[in-house]
Amino acid sequence: MLLLLLGIVLLHIAGLVLLFVSTIVSVWISGETSTSDLWQNCSTISVGSHCDPGSAGEWIQAVQALMILSIIFSCISLLLFFCQLFTLQKGGRFFLTGTFQILASLFVMSGAIIYTVMSPQWVPDTEAFGYSYILAWVAFPLALISGLIYVILRKRE
Amino acid sequence: MLTFVALASVLLLGIVPEQTEAISIYTGWERHALLGSDVRLSCSFFSWRGTSDDVTFSWTYRPDGSRDSISIFHYTSGQAYVDNKGPFRDRVEFVGNPGKRDGSILIKNLDYNDNGTFTCDAKNPPDIVGRPSSVRLLVFETVPIQAGVITGAIIGVVLGLLVLIVVIYYLMRFLVARRVFSLSVSKHGKKKREGTPARQGPVPTADPTKVKAASSEKKKQESRKDKK
Repeated sequence: MLLLLLGIVLLHIAGLVLLFVSTIVSVWISGETSTSDLWQNCSTISVGSHCDPGSAGEWIQAVQALMILSIIFSCISLLLFFCQLFTLQKGGRFFLTGTFQILASLFVMSGAIIYTVMSPQWVPDTEAFGYSYILAWVAFPLALISGLIYVILRKRE
Repeated sequence: MLTFVALASVLLLGIVPEQTEAISIYTGWERHALLGSDVRLSCSFFSWRGTSDDVTFSWTYRPDGSRDSISIFHYTSGQAYVDNKGPFRDRVEFVGNPGKRDGSILIKNLDYNDNGTFTCDAKNPPDIVGRPSSVRLLVFETVPIQAGVITGAIIGVVLGLLVLIVVIYYLMRFLVARRVFSLSVSKHGKKKREGTPARQGPVPTADPTKVKAASSEKKKQESRKDKK
């Protein structure tokens, strides 16, 4: 039982860490000399790197908001899990925790989808998607599976 | 000893304020405006001396990508002189109040060629040492949304909805529990009058969870009684 619990918590925390890294580290698009992401465009010209604040389009702001919301909801669901662990009746299900985690995964999914769809506007064809973008896509199924496990899990002992 | 202290204090009082005197000029950092509209470029200053009658304001303009600046406005001796030959001819108006240390100008009917940096320099004799301050003008066809407005709005709305749902949920629970509690209290009251042994109900508290637990317990007891 304890192992199961540990495994679930680790899965959740792994998803959370991926979300944090994906939102904060600036490598959604990477090209030869420049990387850009939700918050700024950085380019390495000759000496060191030089960052400009990114474009303030409506869609990129929506992606920013969705990523931040997914982090907030994932954190809330972690807190709720620990709360419910101690207050739930025997045989009860972690519905609330699962709901928040599934919502977080939906937010990541919408954010990644919007970014993918709108990227022809922002990304020149020569540049490829960077690892933060891939991490966001990986975080989505991780969070979804974690949320589903919470909904199915029953409290024992 | 006393004379020494007196001399020292006079000297200090005499020296220190003059060293901190330097006029500080404030303008905005950037101004966004629509094509064809008017924009007010504000300029104010802070000076340790009172505003003198010989206060001067001057504005210069440097187009984007150019190194030369031209003067477009000058206020001195109580008289404002505006540009009458350059690119801002007949488009500059003085809307400041020198008595209140405000040297703002209004530029009318903006064009894309007006993109550039405007520098305000104010002098308040004898306080003339200061650094001019610049404001950048950007002319747009449609004013873009500032970075972060939509982000903040989306996050605020979703979190607000969350808080609203939680509040409504707890409110409903509280109201339902109170109603059930008052109903069961009236039933208990009737039974007491009929002479059956009174069952001690729980002490009424304001805690909705306890009230809910108590009401559910009472429901179970009543259903058990009904089954009997």
